[in-house]
Amino acid sequence: MLEKRSYSVVMVVPALAIILVFFIYPLLFSLHSALTDSEGNLSLIHIYKAFELYSKDILFTFLIVIISIFLIGVLSITIGGLIALSPYKRLVAALSFIYRWPLFIPFIVSAQMMRTFLAKNGLMNNAFVSLGLLEPLDAISFLGWTGIIFTFVWKQTAFSTLMVSGAMAALEPTQIQSARNLGASKLRILFQIIIPQIIPTLGVSLILSAVSILSVLSVPLMIGTGSPTMLTADMAFRISSYGDYGTANSLGLISYLFAAVLAWFYLRHSLNTGIKK
Amino acid sequence: MMSTSISTNELSNIKLSMLRPKWGKYVQALFILALALLIFGPLLNLLIWSVAETWYYPHKLPLTWGFKYWEQVFGSDSDVYSSLLTSLAIAILTVLVCLLVSIPAAYALARRSLPFRAAVMLIFLLPQAFPNIAVYMNVARIFYYWDLNGTILGVVLVHTVHGLMFSIWITVAAFSSVDPQQELAARNIGAGPIKVFFSVSLPQAMPGIIASCIFVFLESLDEFTGTFFVGAPEITTLPLLLYTASMEGNYQIASITAMVLLVPSISFMLLVDRFIKPEMLSKIGH
Repeated sequence: MLEKRSYSVVMVVPALAIILVFFIYPLLFSLHSALTDSEGNLSLIHIYKAFELYSKDILFTFLIVIISIFLIGVLSITIGGLIALSPYKRLVAALSFIYRWPLFIPFIVSAQMMRTFLAKNGLMNNAFVSLGLLEPLDAISFLGWTGIIFTFVWKQTAFSTLMVSGAMAALEPTQIQSARNLGASKLRILFQIIIPQIIPTLGVSLILSAVSILSVLSVPLMIGTGSPTMLTADMAFRISSYGDYGTANSLGLISYLFAAVLAWFYLRHSLNTGIKK
Repeated sequence: MMSTSISTNELSNIKLSMLRPKWGKYVQALFILALALLIFGPLLNLLIWSVAETWYYPHKLPLTWGFKYWEQVFGSDSDVYSSLLTSLAIAILTVLVCLLVSIPAAYALARRSLPFRAAVMLIFLLPQAFPNIAVYMNVARIFYYWDLNGTILGVVLVHTVHGLMFSIWITVAAFSSVDPQQELAARNIGAGPIKVFFSVSLPQAMPGIIASCIFVFLESLDEFTGTFFVGAPEITTLPLLLYTASMEGNYQIASITAMVLLVPSISFMLLVDRFIKPEMLSKIGH
């Protein structure tokens, strides 16, 4: 048995080593660089500098993440709910076919599409003008915070909906049937029976979406207007223009903490509901 | 009193259900139409840009259409062609490295006898659970000392770290579904452990392993940030070329590069139901 165990350990070691050397080590390196001064002593000097220079961008990034995951959540519940409850089979089939197109489309491709689609004289405004919905002189560019949010929601809703509607499909169908027999409306079934049970899946999908939004460099670079911008763009700028790893890593630390706060909220909520059960 | 209130309630329910279907259908159809326009609009826009030879304000559509830029892009001395080869080479090497380390690891993890199994599984999740741009900056800094910056190997390693989560988690699930009784039966009739692995366990886990390879391949092909820090400027993959072309305002080249990247993404999206069951996704987070 012991021999068998040591074989298993040997089999896992190479994969584990790759993560340790090429992920955990650089991660610790980034924390170290954020929290020490040039002499190598523990210090918050870089963190202060990051807040001093980029407090506006920190706020901007948080707002983008919160608004985006809120919209992603609302859309994926709406789409998932329609797929689960709508009596119109053809509409459901059309919806399931449509929503998943952006699923594996890379962020950089989405950014390139939106760069031309949302521009002042891009296809979207042109279509509105042709339909008479918009005067040519009133056309505005959506490149900026609205475009960034639009791109993230466009790309990430497919993933969140796939998970949410998978969770909905895995629910016990008799529950919904019996609620229906008791005369509950569809909206009530959605809010009181379906949503409470899929909250864990929704939470995970939204946190993973928030993490991707905090990691993507191409979208703020290609859709953003420069100022204010997202922390990812600031980090890249700090390094390529000044070689300033201290401040860049402090901004990185702030984005880790933000992801951690979201994860903590989620865990606290799921633990609470777990106890209630 | 009670009974009348219930009966009015029921009555109004019946009335509502007679009214609701029509309205509901229109509202739902309208929502789906709006969603379709928002999802396919940007895709159509990309398609138009890729065949627009001249297009400037205030024209709503291109003035001249054609495949001039496609010919330019797929000429033998074009940047797109060589970046495509670089991207494919990196993606294939990443898949191979992931397979090489994750098949043994996943086989061991699926057998559950391993100490700290849950913690090990979580470690493989980390690269997807952290905002990873700050990690990439430091990988680039470390690779500078190891002479790995601007090399194919460096980029492959960065992509492998990101892909391992898929290859480990999906491969573990694949090996877990192999019936241990069959392995035992094979051992009993005299097959050695290696023979059992290759003739019983591996073939049964193959669909899952192939699915994991597709995920890793796509992740690597589409990866931008890590390559930007570790590979540039020596290594130009398709996403980096797209970025440079777009920032230079060369929208036709950027759009055509984007369309090349869309081919595998959309094909896999259309096939995704065969590889991952929604019921499996719903297990995440429980």
